[in-house]
Amino acid sequence: MINILWFLLIIIGFIVAAFNGRMDQMSPAIFQAVTDSVDLMIKLLGPMALWLGLMNIAKESKLTDLIARLLRPFIRFIFPDIPKDHPAAAAIILNLTANLLGLGNSATPLGIEAMHELQKINNNSTKASKAMCTLLALNTSSITIIPAMIISLRVANSSNYPAIIITSTIFATAVSTITALILDKFFRVFYN
Amino acid sequence: MSIIISNISSWSIPIIIFIIISYGIIKKEKIYDLFAEGAADGIKTVVKIFPYLLAMLIAINIFRSSGALEILVEALKPISNRFNIPDQVMPLMFLRPLSGSGALSYTDQLLKIYGADSFIGKLASTIQGSTETTFYILAVYFGSIGIKKYRYAITVGLIADLAGFFAAVFICNLLFL
Repeated sequence: MINILWFLLIIIGFIVAAFNGRMDQMSPAIFQAVTDSVDLMIKLLGPMALWLGLMNIAKESKLTDLIARLLRPFIRFIFPDIPKDHPAAAAIILNLTANLLGLGNSATPLGIEAMHELQKINNNSTKASKAMCTLLALNTSSITIIPAMIISLRVANSSNYPAIIITSTIFATAVSTITALILDKFFRVFYN
Repeated sequence: MSIIISNISSWSIPIIIFIIISYGIIKKEKIYDLFAEGAADGIKTVVKIFPYLLAMLIAINIFRSSGALEILVEALKPISNRFNIPDQVMPLMFLRPLSGSGALSYTDQLLKIYGADSFIGKLASTIQGSTETTFYILAVYFGSIGIKKYRYAITVGLIADLAGFFAAVFICNLLFL
């Protein structure tokens, strides 16, 4: 998928450049991108280090567990088919907490662990269970309170108000998550 | 309204830091060492995504400099005009579900060209922060446990992304315009 996208972006670019007579701009564009990417990486280092440093304190002092506890009743409601006290529920809670706090990179391993637990209930079928689809819906709609990466990107681009987008992001992410959950409930009933 | 929003936003980071370090101290954790440890992980994360950012920035720069992006933006005019979305933001709608680093690279360029605090900058940031790389998550999560039949998962993910995109447009028009 991503291989094809990468290929298409480059090849279509070259073909359009040939028609537009902009071939002379291709090499500068490539080398500009190379320099820009290093620039971007260096500017992201500071804010991301700051954020993950803070989150490590929250994790080790068990502040994240408090948030996880608040999520528990909600998990029972949207995953009615997970047996009570099954390890899958704990893994899902940790995965969602990481997502909420904008820890995308910790969320992924936790999500995979949750999937493994769900697969045990699924009798190792190659067909996704309803609970798996729900977990995926939650992850792809990316419920987020603190979009750490984008705040870092705004700091990197010398924004005066890097966090101003927190409010709008919470709204938009809430809409997409609620949409995902409603659709998921709908498909659970009508799709076999 | 926008004063309240910017107040919430400017208070949010100090409050988060305050809560985290206070809770850590109360629990008698070595907060300074824990911070440094986590910061090291943050640096590792950035270094790990660098090759992907590089690959995507090259592809996007080629696509943009060739004029192909202008053609795409032009083709999307009916949608962008209808919903009052700046043309330049439209490519994010397609890029975001397909490639996280691609969307991040594109947003970075928008912030650089138009300014992080411009309307385009805020809208692109909101879209970037509130939608996910649906196809990547699908591939990684289901791939790790050998699921072949995805059922309705793609449909739900993509519709949710679209809802997030338009919700971002709506809220940014309301708050930032």
